[in-house]
Amino acid sequence: MIDFLKDIGFSHDLAVLVAKSLGVFVVGGFGLLWTLLGIWLERKLAGRFQDRLGPNRVGPVGLVQSIADTVKIIIKEDIVPEGADRWVFNIAPVLSVMAVILIWAVIPFGPGLVGVDLSVGVGYIVAVGSLGAIAVVMAGWSSNNKFALLGAFRSVAQLISYEVPMVLALLVPVLLAGSMRLQVIIEQQYIMYLLAIPMTVFIFLTSSQAELGRGPFDLLEAESEIVAGFHIEYSGMKFGMFYVGEFLHAFTVGVLTSVFFLGGWRFFGLEDLIVILGLPVIGFLALIFKSLLAYIFLIWVRMTLPRLRIDQLLNLNWKFLVPLSLINLLVVAFVWKLIPDTDEIDSFGDAFWPSVALLVANIAMFVGMSVVLRERGRRERARIEALRGPVDDPGMGTNAVPAGTGD
Amino acid sequence: MDITAESVVFLILSALTLGSGLLVVTSRNLFHAALYLMLSLFGVAGLFALLTAPFLAFVQVTVYIGAIAILIIFAIMLTPQVTRTNARNTQWVGAVVVAVVFFAVMVSVLTPLMDDLGADDWSADFSEEDPDDVPGTSLADLGEQLVDPDYYMLPFEVASVLLMAALIGAALMVSPAIADDPETETGDDESGG
Amino acid sequence: MLSDYGPVAVLLLISVVVGFLVLFMSRLFGPYRPTARKLAPYESGMQPYGQAIRRIPVKFYRVAVLFILFDIEVIFFLPWAVIFRDLGLYGLAVMGVFFFVLTAGFVYEWKLGGLEWD
Repeated sequence: MIDFLKDIGFSHDLAVLVAKSLGVFVVGGFGLLWTLLGIWLERKLAGRFQDRLGPNRVGPVGLVQSIADTVKIIIKEDIVPEGADRWVFNIAPVLSVMAVILIWAVIPFGPGLVGVDLSVGVGYIVAVGSLGAIAVVMAGWSSNNKFALLGAFRSVAQLISYEVPMVLALLVPVLLAGSMRLQVIIEQQYIMYLLAIPMTVFIFLTSSQAELGRGPFDLLEAESEIVAGFHIEYSGMKFGMFYVGEFLHAFTVGVLTSVFFLGGWRFFGLEDLIVILGLPVIGFLALIFKSLLAYIFLIWVRMTLPRLRIDQLLNLNWKFLVPLSLINLLVVAFVWKLIPDTDEIDSFGDAFWPSVALLVANIAMFVGMSVVLRERGRRERARIEALRGPVDDPGMGTNAVPAGTGD
Repeated sequence: MDITAESVVFLILSALTLGSGLLVVTSRNLFHAALYLMLSLFGVAGLFALLTAPFLAFVQVTVYIGAIAILIIFAIMLTPQVTRTNARNTQWVGAVVVAVVFFAVMVSVLTPLMDDLGADDWSADFSEEDPDDVPGTSLADLGEQLVDPDYYMLPFEVASVLLMAALIGAALMVSPAIADDPETETGDDESGG
Repeated sequence: MLSDYGPVAVLLLISVVVGFLVLFMSRLFGPYRPTARKLAPYESGMQPYGQAIRRIPVKFYRVAVLFILFDIEVIFFLPWAVIFRDLGLYGLAVMGVFFFVLTAGFVYEWKLGGLEWD
């Protein structure tokens, strides 16, 4: 490819740039196609979780449903409400998709198979992710609607709050791998980090789910409170953009989980074949497989847990996840320093004992967390019973999540 | 100065930064001004990336666009004037004087430093072939210097005291003893204007 | 160097162009029959009253301040985390001091009720 471009008169730098850009173009196109299939998968799964069939009319097992929906949504009327700030109103949905798609520039699909392996890769992901909050504010402010405005500010409070534990969780793989390059983080996972630092994975998945506004954190879906949140005034394709942005973000979280904690394109030694056989597609398939696992797990969580209130949501963040992620970071750093010879990890053998030590520390942390939560839960139950008499609901006292929440 | 890809990108980013900076101060609508400010800060982040300082670019986007600009928007939403546009700025003469004086101070401080850094004049040279020579590029160097007593260890620890003071300030800002019930402030007292 | 950011620029371009193209297609193929009712802001079927843009409670601002402080803390952590392997216990101690000063502030804020939403 690069040679061909050189032959037709491109300079070396330009040829590399064009070749890489074309690769990125393919990835972008793949992402958009994948969206159609993924939305079908998600709706089908959601249907099964709720004991119904999901889409099954258009095409075999409803596979073409997403395309039919796309056509339908494009020929919908495009309504801009009276008094709306037209420019801001139109830019917001584009920005919300952009904030997700840009992340894909740094995702490694195999050894050497990456758009750009930035030296601040983790930082890039955090920086791009924080643009999503701006799209939400713009949408809410420009809609000329009270509910949109209130929903937008609730969303932003949620987004920025949960960014703190998310970044603190991402610090842990950076600390273990000694680099912010995603390729190095993958290469260093001789044992996938999920097995060494499950607590970090828990923090990352929880805060990511909140960043997505899904699962137990889908406050905006609380119709009776703020109708539909910041995108209440959006119709047709503009709403579709927010929807696609949310879906792509959800799948991107799956990809990030597999890169940071599941070993990315590594697959139990299969990655050696990538170089031997010259088949980068193996790494790509491994990455997508792991990402799908993480993504389906998040859908499972989303479909299982009941919704939190806004005060519970923010308390869960500031009083539980943030302290937990700070303690987690400190414990991991301390344990890592206690083990000798951890400044070079070059093989499975090097990684084995540190991983075991980290796992033991994680289990100890989990036990400690459970004890504290049980204590808080009991105190909360006693407080509520003193106010309202005995509580019959067996779930009340053991509800671990909103420790210390009062209404 | 030759026309290279770098200089073209530099000109585009500078135009973006300065143009949206100008729109920040001329915009009648406070919210639009905040959005233009984000665009301007984004241009600065691009300039950092162009100068092979990706970490600074990341900090610029994360802290200034992702956090401080959001804080500014929240602050705008707290003002009583939020429902109307900012009709005119009565202090622009003073603002121009301050801006010119500040610019003069910056030039007079930075020009002697240019010699120390080995740059001959103000014309930018982006053809540096070895970005490792650029100070502060390497994250590892930065990390080492942060904990090195000869470099930034003391400022680093002092920064934590500063952040703690800000945390306590944030706590006192809305302490129940000081603040009124915030819910009542969302009433219709301002919406008539 | 600069060509490193080529893919980023291309993705930026793709998302912006495709985004606006899709919005334009929606304008092209969709009907456009505005009525006063249709254009009015949706307030669950009630007549919209008063200004839509209004002041927000100060507690949102407090969350943003908290976020900035922790954001900056994390940014100080990042270069340290990259070099952490080579630093030894000394590096851990330096970061420990930084960490505990901030944690003291956090605990104080918690005890003062600064983390309560209502």
